[in-house]
Amino acid sequence: MQQFANPQRFVRIAKMLTPWLLGATALLLVTGLYLALFVAPPDYQQGDAARIMYVHVPAAWMSLFIYACMAVSSAVAFIWKHPLADVAAKASAPIGCVFTALALITGSLWGQPMWGTWWVWDARLTSVLILFFLYLGYIVLWSVIDEPTRAARAARILALVGAINIPIIKFSVDWWNTLHQGSSVFRMDGPTITSSMLAPLLVMAAGYNVFYVTFLLIRMRTEVSQRRLRTIRLGLEPVPA
Amino acid sequence: MKTFRALVWRDILIGMRASGGAALAAAFFALIIVLAPLGLGPDAGTLRAAGPGLFWIAALLATLLGLERVLQPDAEDGTLDLLRLSPLPLELVALAKIAAHWLTSGFIISLLAPLLAPLLSLDTPAIPILAASLLLGTPGLSAIGTAAAALGTSVQRGGMVLAILVLPLNIPFLIFGASAVSAAQANEDPTQALIFLTAASLIALVVGPIAAAAALRLNED
Repeated sequence: MQQFANPQRFVRIAKMLTPWLLGATALLLVTGLYLALFVAPPDYQQGDAARIMYVHVPAAWMSLFIYACMAVSSAVAFIWKHPLADVAAKASAPIGCVFTALALITGSLWGQPMWGTWWVWDARLTSVLILFFLYLGYIVLWSVIDEPTRAARAARILALVGAINIPIIKFSVDWWNTLHQGSSVFRMDGPTITSSMLAPLLVMAAGYNVFYVTFLLIRMRTEVSQRRLRTIRLGLEPVPA
Repeated sequence: MKTFRALVWRDILIGMRASGGAALAAAFFALIIVLAPLGLGPDAGTLRAAGPGLFWIAALLATLLGLERVLQPDAEDGTLDLLRLSPLPLELVALAKIAAHWLTSGFIISLLAPLLAPLLSLDTPAIPILAASLLLGTPGLSAIGTAAAALGTSVQRGGMVLAILVLPLNIPFLIFGASAVSAAQANEDPTQALIFLTAASLIALVVGPIAAAAALRLNED
């Protein structure tokens, strides 16, 4: 872990890995989409509309996974003062936010033909919507503090407080939902998923993960360069020849 | 302990005397409750059904109002630097700030809510539950809000940013608080919701001061 603490070395390695990762992302997403759209059978009840699931479900997984990554990076930054951990957390947030939005939008598109409505206040939908606002708050906090080290310190604490709060929010929303009943109409007691449907789902999930890592590295490199540029502009570092 | 009391008392006095203090929070809270029927229509049934949620949304918004004055003026005039040097641990400084903020916002709102309850045609048995739920829940709102205000000391133009940070984290309070009052109106037992509300409040009172102290410490230089 500590040997990657040198931003220069990190940038060098990230640069080397990026083309390979981009290739892997493209390969996995194209294969995944092909499997999802042409190979997987249509659902016996929902027909072709069920294929939205292959885009939707991995996006929902990623929305939580990336917040967890942000929380872990923030904890690492907080405890070990690892210089790249804050950069990783910052670079993750917009990617996670977009995956959360993707999950909400595709869910809504699926809900219209299946449930007959764009939105229901189902427990899971509500939790994901709140998660979206937590991402927004985190991104906003970074954007309103000009000085990057100060912004990083504040953002760390926000990410950790958010991570402590997510289970509480999840619990309260679940409790609220069972109290208000109404979601039972929309329960999907379908058959357990078959392998012809599981394979594209897993390939898509792998594709999303590699996509995340690829763009995380690219965004982190950008962030490192931007900070360097900032110190040069402020006259704290000589202009490189 | 003496320092702690002195700090709470100082902040309460500022809250009572300075603009944007307790009176403003109370007036804002009352105004939301008055605006609701004008938007929803005067039908007693509708107001009665929406009442618990409206009261709690108003409480969430009204406690936001005073957050900027919790730490921002202290950060600007250097009081915060003196507080860092004081023998009182920063966690307790944060707790004092939370206590003072609660006494000048949440506490006042809790006392005011029963008086406003008839405006939304709330059932009489639900009114003590409304007051109790606000008394139990608003300390948690102050705790989370103060932690966010501590983060906000680095922000130059902070006001609305605080709202975006705080409101999603306050959702559990809204859910449990409003449910307790709704349950009381439906002649059901509100105990479960009140217990969860208290739990959320207690967790916030532990996490809030720690997070606020960490935020104040990190901005030391």
